[in-house]
Amino acid sequence: MARITSSVYTSHVPAVGAALDLGKTAEPYWAKVFSGYEFSKEWERQQRPDVIFLVYNDHASAFSLEIIPTFAIGTAAEFNPADEGWGPRPVPKVIGHPELASHIAQSVIQDDFDLTIVNRMDVDHGLTVPLSLMFGQPQAWPCPVVPFAVNVVQYPVPSGRRCFMLGQAIRKAIESFDEPLNVQVWGTGGMSHQLQGPRAGLINAEWDNRFLDRLIEDPDGLSKVPHIEYVREAGSEGIELVMWLIARGAMSDIAGGPKPKVVHRFYHVPASNTAVGHLILENP
Amino acid sequence: MALDKPYKDVPGTTIFDAEQSRKGYWLNQFCMSLMKPANRERFKANERAYLDEWAMTEDQKQAVLARDLNRCIELGGNIYFLAKVGATDGRSFQQMAGSMTGLSEEQYRDMMVSGGRSAEGNRYLGEDGDAQPKSRSS
Repeated sequence: MARITSSVYTSHVPAVGAALDLGKTAEPYWAKVFSGYEFSKEWERQQRPDVIFLVYNDHASAFSLEIIPTFAIGTAAEFNPADEGWGPRPVPKVIGHPELASHIAQSVIQDDFDLTIVNRMDVDHGLTVPLSLMFGQPQAWPCPVVPFAVNVVQYPVPSGRRCFMLGQAIRKAIESFDEPLNVQVWGTGGMSHQLQGPRAGLINAEWDNRFLDRLIEDPDGLSKVPHIEYVREAGSEGIELVMWLIARGAMSDIAGGPKPKVVHRFYHVPASNTAVGHLILENP
Repeated sequence: MALDKPYKDVPGTTIFDAEQSRKGYWLNQFCMSLMKPANRERFKANERAYLDEWAMTEDQKQAVLARDLNRCIELGGNIYFLAKVGATDGRSFQQMAGSMTGLSEEQYRDMMVSGGRSAEGNRYLGEDGDAQPKSRSS
């Protein structure tokens, strides 16, 4: 059977992708950001995942205002990097896992989460920047990816509670897939940032670090934090952090297993407008 | 019964909800069209003529022409859509975000390097933080 071995959490700041693509990683400003991922790249070389279930949000790339799915699962064989207005990122195309993705869709929908199934979709920096941070700049990504897009652009976005429960349903789905796959679940976006209005540039390091503490120790309590607290404390775009609760809900301890092991934690301000947070949890 | 919108009292912040989305539908769809290189070229060649192809209000068109992002957002624009205009102009997200704060590009960058804008005084309208309406007009 497939097994979720770990979960990875990271911001997906577009400027981080641009810094990589333009060869600026050694500049002092960016070197501080990338230093937090040196451990992670080595860790991934040892872990050798078979599939990544990658929770992210589309930023008006694949989804305009014509169709706004709250939860969308990518079931295609492949996904091209989106042209977000600057031209597509020069990164490998993303290979999907249609069998696992379809299996998850069937299981999760029968568990009362009404997913939108997407068979054609470009993927933007929300998905490709985390891949770059964790795998560097390879010719091809090391494994297939199941893209899972969450609407965090048009309010109301799904609640933290709903995301946390969805993560539990995703765990059940993955662990009932009849192939011995090593699966990682990633939650991306955040941490505190606001990209609009006179309050743009808001950062709340204290709140972010408490979020990381609670994500590790008290995810159930954290999932009950209402939207308005994210907006007030972590900025209007800080609400992306609800996506981390999907990945956290997929860990074994939530289903009665042992506590996860914290193998890496990193926090840095700033990357462009944003606080960068990064965490790796392993199931024992 | 009216819907609960507790985010209306956050200073310097417009939450892109269904109401804003409805107001800004064509503004945002215009922005979306700039993801195609051919449309970016047509827009750059004659901005006014390109805008006139869209069912936007005159106020929305003026706000785009002036690159007044705060006004675009007030009129229903969303930052991830408006970013396509910025990309067409060759501007970064940091330049776009900074342009809404009243700070110069350098001041905004320095603020971010020093840890960003504090939430202190900026959680509720009427507090004394730097994103409050009064400190913008002074």
